[in-house]
Amino acid sequence: MTIAPQHQAVSPQEPALAKTVVVSWKAPIAFAVVTVLAALLFLLAPHDGEATFRVSAAGDALQLPEIVLNATVTAWVCLALLTALTVVSALMVRARRAVPIWLIVVFAVVFVLGFLTWAVAGASTNVMPLAGLLAGALSLSVPLIFGSLSGVISERVGVINIAIEGQLLAGAFTSAVVASSTGNPYLGLLAAGVAGVLVSFVLAAFAIKYFVDQVIVGVVLNVLVVGFTSFLYSQVLAPNAQALNAPPRFDRIAIPFLSEIPIIGPTFFRQTIIVYLMYVAVAAVYIGLFHTKWGLRLRAVGEHPQAADTVGINVPRTRFWNVSLAGAIAGLGGAFFTLGAVGAFGKEMTAGAGFIALAAVIFGQWDPIKATLAALLFGFAQSLQGQLGVIGSPVPSEFMLMLPYVVTIVAVAGFVGKVRGPAAAGKPYIKS
Amino acid sequence: MKLELRGITKTFGTLVANDHIDLTVEAGEIHCLLGENGAGKSTLMNVLYGLYQADGGEILLDDRVQHFAGPGDAMRAGIGMVHQHFMLIPVFTVAENVMLGHEQTKAGGRLDLPAARAKVREISDRFGFDVDPDALVDDLPVGVQQRVEIIKALSRDARVLVFDEPTAVLTPQETDELMAIMRQLKESGTSIVFITHKLREVREVADRITVIRLGKVVGEASPTATNAELASLMVGRAVELTVQKAPPTLGEPALVVDGLTVIDPIGQLVVNDVSFEVRRGEILAVAGVQGNGQTELTEALVGLQPRVQGSMRLDGNELNGDSVRSILNAGVGFVPEDRKEDGLVGEFSIAENLMLDRADGAPFVKGGNVQLSTLAAFAEEKVAEYDVRTPSIETKVGRLSGGNQQKVVLARELSRDLRLLVAAQPTRGVDVGSIEFIHKRIVETRDAGVPVVVVSTELDEVTALADRIMVMYRGRVVGIVPGDTPRDVLGLMMAGESPNLEGAAA
Repeated sequence: MTIAPQHQAVSPQEPALAKTVVVSWKAPIAFAVVTVLAALLFLLAPHDGEATFRVSAAGDALQLPEIVLNATVTAWVCLALLTALTVVSALMVRARRAVPIWLIVVFAVVFVLGFLTWAVAGASTNVMPLAGLLAGALSLSVPLIFGSLSGVISERVGVINIAIEGQLLAGAFTSAVVASSTGNPYLGLLAAGVAGVLVSFVLAAFAIKYFVDQVIVGVVLNVLVVGFTSFLYSQVLAPNAQALNAPPRFDRIAIPFLSEIPIIGPTFFRQTIIVYLMYVAVAAVYIGLFHTKWGLRLRAVGEHPQAADTVGINVPRTRFWNVSLAGAIAGLGGAFFTLGAVGAFGKEMTAGAGFIALAAVIFGQWDPIKATLAALLFGFAQSLQGQLGVIGSPVPSEFMLMLPYVVTIVAVAGFVGKVRGPAAAGKPYIKS
Repeated sequence: MKLELRGITKTFGTLVANDHIDLTVEAGEIHCLLGENGAGKSTLMNVLYGLYQADGGEILLDDRVQHFAGPGDAMRAGIGMVHQHFMLIPVFTVAENVMLGHEQTKAGGRLDLPAARAKVREISDRFGFDVDPDALVDDLPVGVQQRVEIIKALSRDARVLVFDEPTAVLTPQETDELMAIMRQLKESGTSIVFITHKLREVREVADRITVIRLGKVVGEASPTATNAELASLMVGRAVELTVQKAPPTLGEPALVVDGLTVIDPIGQLVVNDVSFEVRRGEILAVAGVQGNGQTELTEALVGLQPRVQGSMRLDGNELNGDSVRSILNAGVGFVPEDRKEDGLVGEFSIAENLMLDRADGAPFVKGGNVQLSTLAAFAEEKVAEYDVRTPSIETKVGRLSGGNQQKVVLARELSRDLRLLVAAQPTRGVDVGSIEFIHKRIVETRDAGVPVVVVSTELDEVTALADRIMVMYRGRVVGIVPGDTPRDVLGLMMAGESPNLEGAAA
């Protein structure tokens, strides 16, 4: 038996384990089901005529022509494309390859286009204003985006934040009251942030100091904030609506040049200060998380708190203040309900936005940019439901009300699959 | 730097983990802290590192008294630690891990990654480490991860380095390389505290040895002391370090495994085309560094793994595809790797744990009722037979020491009619006295004609027990060799080199 005298026991290029692809038939099956549903819809309830998509709004400087699609032709084309995509995905899985993301995106876009054409052609007015659809989507997304940023920060530092809903609602309520009584929407916005922080303090104190189960504290906080604001609303706000629940709203500010771009301009750059604040927040959180000392330490604490502790980072303190920061961000999102959109506080007006934001966090894989995109998708679904109702679509409105939630469930359950969140999220750090 | 601990005392509730411990480490010295699991070595080092606050005593560096409120203070004072369980963030790169906690920033608060990379390269070149600063820690082998830990400590100008059980995760070759690094560090003036319970390493590298038992310093020894002397100091009585065993009386092949492959959830072949057979009355020891597929192999044998291909036949009956229940009923006894996780229910009593896998019928259950008197009698008998040190059979298993817990697992598994025993890491975290007992029991099982598969990462255990040794590396079998194969050959095989091909990597 001979042994080579030279050896390299530790080498950074250790051979990787042999790999085989674990094939998942999830995507082809989901595609097939959707294709069949679309076929049933187009065949059993065909809509003739045309669907018009109005690209430019009336006030735009640059007017683009309307897009007119023949419903029957579009339906058949889309159906053919959907079938083809389903077959492609099935073949890929059979060849033991993973179905790429772009294929899923293309499939979704084709389906939405087909469905929209069908729905618009059958509506009482066959015109869908695209600008309105997008503007609605953005404005419905704003609180979701603030909420999901809050979730991203909080979970990245290791505390599961179920209380986003409560933080949004507290922000909405406080901003309405403060802005109404002072007459200054900026003070209202500030107060909304403070309200979010206060909700976070409770979460942080129980979760970090007393090691109470984070999910339970979050759920209880949501119920508490709903009860508290509803009580104050009916006892104090409703009787004194003029003094306490008529906040001045923010004015829209048009950004020169950018706001002149067709479709995109009015949607994104003719907005209130809160929306601009949101753009800044998304960028700041992204850069902060991945390129600064703050983010490095925050992520370290959420991944491996003990390792962070051994290099001198105070884990409970880092968690406490970042969860508070997360609360402030969610609070700002809450202010959008009252100061940006509706103009007055209403009972339980957040209507589950916090939970959808939570879904966006997971769908967005704890990344601020991806979570923002996910929130935009959910906002689009909500806006679509609203617009279809306005133009008198043949789909019952009760059914359409489900749309945002169906999209959420399909997105989170169907396409996310197994994703890896921060390793220590939800686990209290107890020094033995 | 000279480190001095004076009268360090640390208690957890009623347990005195450190009882007035004095320790002096001179500058440029490798000082070994030798003691069994649970002797209080790690507690002492955590006090030194500021993770725990001592209840009494003081820490002196170069004769100045120090007060550490946390690890940050200890690091600033020049103490670095290479932890037993690496304190690295798996999703961060090497450079990010090294800079964490003392980050340099550029304008605008952005991280100065180039500076961190340069620092990693500089230290890594100084010691010949060859570590890529941009590699994700998760992708690195444990040996390299350990070097990252060392770099991390050195990047903070540590002048006292504590190595807490550093060799537990290394191959023998990697261990030798670590020893060389320690000597190199010592020459550059760093003081080293080396915590271990492995006698061979102590004698190889130590300048001085302090032995701790039950939280107290029981003596100093010189590196020239024999293994037996060190062991008896450590345990407090003379111990048999070698297992007495007669040559095996081999029967026909009982367990025949052919082309066994286990696929993990992300598609990696964690066990890759493994074939072997174990005969009646034979111990096959599976050697290898932790994480080379041994865990998954044993779990596959008892039906705990999904996605298993190939065949495993026990006395001619195919086990692959059977439920855990029917595999246990077929006479397979299983001592899992992590007894607290898989072997025992900590909050249950000893008696309840002894009947855990026999809750579906006589003699312990009749008509749906647990037969408490039968169980009590059985438990009393087993506690006596297996020498489980406990106040009563109603004591919660979680309150027993590691050795006694393992005896409970062994008692449960060996009290059935076995046709195969699978024991994974049977003596991990077990005191030397119990190791002796557990090894004796495993050999007795073999002598009763039962085929035994023992998985161990400790070469001492492998060579003590094995009739044949199978070495695994990266999910594959490197080779199956006789039980008396020399350690250095086994060591090379554990690094993936085939035993008789000329150094070709498997």
